[in-house]
This record gives sequence, structure tokens and C-alpha cells, in this order.
Amino acid sequence: MTVDWSWISGHTDDLTTLTLSHLQAALTAVLLGLLISLPLAVVAHRVRPLRGFLLGLSNILFTIPSIAVFVLLLPISGLTRTTTVIGLTIYTLVVLLRNTVEGLDSVPARTKEAARAMGTRPLRTLLTVELPLALPVIMAGVRIATVMSISLVSVATYIGDGGLGQLFTDGFQRNYPTPVIVGVLLTLLSAVAADALLVALQYVLTPWKRRRA
Amino acid sequence: MIQFDAVHKRFPNGTTAVHDLSLEMPEGGVTVLVGSSGCGKTTTLRMVNRMVEPTSGTIRVGGKDVQRQDAAELRRSIGYVIQQSGLFPHRTVLDNIATVPLLLGHGRRRARTRAAELLETVGLTAEAGKRYPHQLSGGQQQRVGVARALAADPPVLLMDEPFGAVDPVVRTQLQDELLRLQKELSKTIVFVTHDIDEAVRLGDRIAIFRTGGHLVQCAPPTELLARPADDFVADFLGAERGLKLLSLKTLADVPQGPASEGGAWTLVLDEARKPLHWTSKDADLPVRPLKDDDSLLSALNESVASPTGLVARVDAAGVLTGVSSRDDVHAHAGLAHTEARTQTGVAA
Repeated sequence: MTVDWSWISGHTDDLTTLTLSHLQAALTAVLLGLLISLPLAVVAHRVRPLRGFLLGLSNILFTIPSIAVFVLLLPISGLTRTTTVIGLTIYTLVVLLRNTVEGLDSVPARTKEAARAMGTRPLRTLLTVELPLALPVIMAGVRIATVMSISLVSVATYIGDGGLGQLFTDGFQRNYPTPVIVGVLLTLLSAVAADALLVALQYVLTPWKRRRA
Repeated sequence: MIQFDAVHKRFPNGTTAVHDLSLEMPEGGVTVLVGSSGCGKTTTLRMVNRMVEPTSGTIRVGGKDVQRQDAAELRRSIGYVIQQSGLFPHRTVLDNIATVPLLLGHGRRRARTRAAELLETVGLTAEAGKRYPHQLSGGQQQRVGVARALAADPPVLLMDEPFGAVDPVVRTQLQDELLRLQKELSKTIVFVTHDIDEAVRLGDRIAIFRTGGHLVQCAPPTELLARPADDFVADFLGAERGLKLLSLKTLADVPQGPASEGGAWTLVLDEARKPLHWTSKDADLPVRPLKDDDSLLSALNESVASPTGLVARVDAAGVLTGVSSRDDVHAHAGLAHTEARTQTGVAA
């Protein structure tokens, strides 16, 4: 199994386009997942009876095989980028919802109590006390969801999308390993780079975690 | 002034936390609520700023029924110091202190300037303002908690076992600081503790609660110590309540004589006539000179501990003014008790 270097140098433009399209699908899904799971997590955290239902639902969605999700979505959104993003978003929910609920749970009762006793109203407490303090746990979820989504985009090759995943089908069909190896490496690199960026983002967003006593 | 009128609190699980409480907490004074855990003292405190709603009865702060006010706005007008400080871990010390001014819509700059002033008021350096709470010691965090409660200059301060989690030395310092601050600020303070010594030190009035939310007695500390209402109060005050009373009296009125009465012992002074130690032909022993505003209890202690039975008295500068005999100290201690009993006898 040797790498054909000339193929790589001849396809740099394609590789760049595919990588960007790959990342775009994955990151859009994570952002959408966050937008959906943040309010749901707040509800699950505050309304105890709904907690089990929402977390259970996200678990069940997670167990549907990824290919099946895309197939099931075909009649609705067709062979489009939308289908890819919806499918990926469904998978991010389980991690993001659970971590956000756990993040909110981890905020010390005494701190919330202090906010209330100072005269902070519930929404402001959520935005300025609970979410910032839940951020490390939420970010842990975002990192997992991001890496997971980046690795999952390839599955969407079955519906004609799939970003770097197209390199795998290309390589398999022609029994030509170079695109496959390059695809794997670029996926891996994208995941590592995205994760590093998220770590940096968390560092910037949580200044109180940096300084030790 | 804070007025409780026939206040009752039953929790949904059926326990009565506060039973038919009518109580007045005077303006500009420290009212300490004491009692063992589960006696309703914290619930009483928390009803003042509506952290807990009463089942029946009314609570007025400054004449206004708290139930008729918006809870969040009410809370901003009342300072609150919580157990173990309850600081926001993600905000700097300065921003923690600025919390209520910011909620009130004062600008960020004005709020921070005020916060910086308060840092100094509670005895912290400007440098501490840039830190995060976890970088401070327990005692420093508690000071920040007090500064945060004072930030919007509220007339009323609620303090829920604020010094419960710090070591005894730091606790005494914090109590001293609170007394010093209170002299300047004259806030109406409600202070919850289970430590009767803390209550006696800080309280202008002490309210003793018994399990089930019953108020047993509410009186100034001297009256409480001299005339406990029943055995429960007497037990709660402890076997040394007679000595606790002496901790509230100064030795200013105890007569003093010339320092030449030490028998075999002589008091050695430095050039400025400040006492150094007791000396005899065999040994030197330390002396702990007392000022007029020191407590009668410390005088009693010194009269027992000093080899001569004499208490060395000094002025504010530490210069010897004379000595008091053990007999005079004891006689005054007895007198203090008689006075406390008869005064309260008249009041009752």
C-alpha cells in the first residue's frame, strides 16, 4: 500500500474543497445541536419529570444506525446537504443535552442561592451565573460532539455528500489506496485541529479556571 | 426596624419551622438569633428577604410589608451574607462586590469604584480585588462576602452564620471587624449563629429559639445572662453564664491603688513607666496589663493568674496608672451581677 504523491499534488484544490465542506457540515451540526440542546437542557434541568424523558429520547435517537437516519430523511429533505446536517445534528444531541444538563447540575446550590438572595432574577441567573459555571462541562460535550461529527460526515457519502468521505468511495471503487489514506489523515487532522481550537476557546472563556490558589 | 407579627411557617412536609413569632428588631442594632439546628432561626432570617415565604403573619421592614414588594427588588435593598461566603467563583473579587450595584443599574465604572472602596473598608488590599475567590483564604472570602452585602449601602443586613466556617482566631478577628464597622455604619443587622459566645459578643439583643420554631426569650445580652427566662435558656447559655456576663462589663469602675502593694513581688517598669513583668528574688513572671475598657472577665482572669493577685492597670498609651486588688475585682464582679439582676427586675 503505497501513497501516490503525484495524485496528492494534482488534487490539492479538490482536497481543500472537500475538507472545508466536511468541516462545514460537522460544525453546522454542532452549532445547531447546541441551539437545540441548550433550551432543552434548561427545561430538563428545571422540570424534573421531563428530565428522564428528554435524556431517554436523545439516547434512543442515538441508537438509530447512521445510515438508517440518512435513508429515513431522504423523503423529507432529499439528497442534499440539509439531510447530512440534520442527521449529524441528531447525533450531537445525546452528548450536548446530557453534558449541558450535567453542567447545570454541577453549579453549586450555594452560588445559585447567593445570586437569588442578591436580587438576581432567574433568567439573569441562568445567563450570568449558571451557564458560565456550567461551561467547562458543556465544552467537554461540545468537544466530543465535534470530533464525533467530523468522523461521521463520511457516512453521508451514501447520499452523495460526505465531504472527505467521497475519497473513500473513490479509492475503494478504483482499488487505489492513496485517496483513502489521504481522506483518513485529513479527517484526523481536522478533528485534532477543531479540538485544539475548542480547548483554546474554553481557555479564553473561563479565566477563573486558569489561576490556581 | 424589622417587625415580625404572628409569623408562622410550615413547610410542605408538615414540619413547623417558625411558630407564631412576634418580634421587633430595632433600627441600627444587631439582633442575634440563636438556637440549636432546626430551631427556625435561619428560616426566620430568610423570611425577611423572602427567600422563604411565611405561611401566615406579616413581616415589615422599615414599616413596609415585604409580601407586597417585588421579591428581587426587595432583596437588592437588603444585604445578605451567607454561610461560607457564597461568592461567585467565576467573578473576580471586585466584580463579586459590584454585584448588587450592577443589578441596580449603576454603571460598571461606578460599581467598580464603589467595590474598590469597600475592599478597603473590610480590610483587604486593592490587589485582592483582581483575584478570584478560590485564591483567597476562608477569612478573606468572608470579608468579601461582607463587602458584597454592603455594596449598595442597604439599611438592613442579614447574616446567616457568616463566620461559621473559619477557625476561631480568624472568627474573633472578623467579629471585631464587624463591631468596628457597625460602630461606623449603624446597620440594622439580623445575625444567625449557634454559638452563644458569638451572640453575646455581637448582639444588642439576643433571641433564643427552641426546636419547633418557638421564640423563648429575646433580650439584651446582660439581661439574658442575668435573668434567663427558663431552664432551657439557662442551659443554652451554659454553666459559665455568670462569667459571660462579666465579659460584657468593663473594669473602668474597679478602684485602683499605688503599685507598691505586691508583697514579695515587684512590678518592673520600663523608662516610659510601662509594665514589663513581675519580679521576686526567685523568679520573673509575665504581666498582662489591662486598660479601662478591657472586660471585667479579663480582670478576673488576671487577678487569678498573676502571682500577686494584683491587676496592673494602664492608660491607652500603656503607661501604668495603678493596680487593682483581687478583692476589689471580685467585689465588682459580684456587683455587676447584682446590678444586672435589679436593672432587669425594674424593666420586667
